[in-house]
Amino acid sequence: MAKRESTFINMVLTLFVVTFVAAAALGFVYDLTKDAIEAAKMKAQSEAIEKVLPEYDELGESFKIALSASEDSIEVFPAYSGDKLVGLAVKTFTNKGFSGFISVMAGIDNSGNLFGYEVLEHAETPGLGSKMNDWFRNTGKPAQNVIGKNPQSHRFEVTKDGGDIDAITASTITSRAFLDALTRAFEAYNNTNQQLETKKTSL
Amino acid sequence: MNQWKNFSKGFIKENPVFVLLLGMCPTLGVTSSAINGLGMGLATTFVLLMSNIVVSLIKSQIPDKVRIPSFIVIIAAFVTVVQLVMQAYVPELYKSLGLFIPLIVVNCIVLGRAEAFASKNNLVTAAVDGLGIGLGFTFALVLLGGIRELLGSGKLFDIIIYSENYVTLLFVLAPGAFIVLGYLIAIINRIKKD
Repeated sequence: MAKRESTFINMVLTLFVVTFVAAAALGFVYDLTKDAIEAAKMKAQSEAIEKVLPEYDELGESFKIALSASEDSIEVFPAYSGDKLVGLAVKTFTNKGFSGFISVMAGIDNSGNLFGYEVLEHAETPGLGSKMNDWFRNTGKPAQNVIGKNPQSHRFEVTKDGGDIDAITASTITSRAFLDALTRAFEAYNNTNQQLETKKTSL
Repeated sequence: MNQWKNFSKGFIKENPVFVLLLGMCPTLGVTSSAINGLGMGLATTFVLLMSNIVVSLIKSQIPDKVRIPSFIVIIAAFVTVVQLVMQAYVPELYKSLGLFIPLIVVNCIVLGRAEAFASKNNLVTAAVDGLGIGLGFTFALVLLGGIRELLGSGKLFDIIIYSENYVTLLFVLAPGAFIVLGYLIAIINRIKKD
């Protein structure tokens, strides 16, 4: 078959058809995968919530709170056992990571201590900053462990900055960012905890 | 052309990474572990295969002056398909490759094959070429990723081989990628000479 000439009308038509077909195909695939993507995201999120909180019966309605006008709001998931609030899972974040954004699910029990955490998203250096998901829960090394602590009992900053938490070896920036995310989670916790308990009892 | 030769050229003789030195950005960026290399390689292989097939099918319908934009649209469409499918069915892998999947669009291997090969050959030859080059790319990434993972974190495909206390961290960082790549290129050049 002879090659089509590069006349104006041919070029416009070709580009139109190519982009049209591509767009239609993408729309079709998007529709096909939309539910699965949503489900995968929800699953990752609910698994993380289960890991970071004490045992609970049901999750209350999640809500968002804004800590300051300039930042994105933070999503908070209250967990109840019967009528009692057992803890809050806070989907917190920081933009101070070595590669920017880090998202962490932090679980705070009803006595205000960190019960667990799970790093959801990060782009830190493999072998260095990426160790944060294990490093800060090492109960064998109390100086680097954050589980069971809170910002009143310990300063959530790396020891180099005068805090009480040992930073990951050779990853001080990631460690600072991680603790920044946790501090933000506690801020959110303090802002919501009281109003939440009254909300539940008034129901 | 002999189809087997056409297929196997991607592994050593015309390996996109070691010989053609194309697509260096994903090569150096994602190969901090063997599994990342494998995922990236297979995603690229799929895009290469599909875009080669489509370009070969419609080559006579595309006017010369708009062939590059048309190819790019076709490639971008397949990359987006890969991205959506990975996000839906292998979210773990998607999380670790994340940023590099959209970058397949600008991977010169894909456009290079479409322009230099698929637009001049028939459907079967183009498909075999796409598959061969894609798997050659995968082979290179897995090799590079495997060596870096083994030296840099003491693991291979996430299985611990030796203690983390003896690893050379340099190899999972960016300079390690260049060092390993340099040695691999030298070795491949030696093999090619025989």
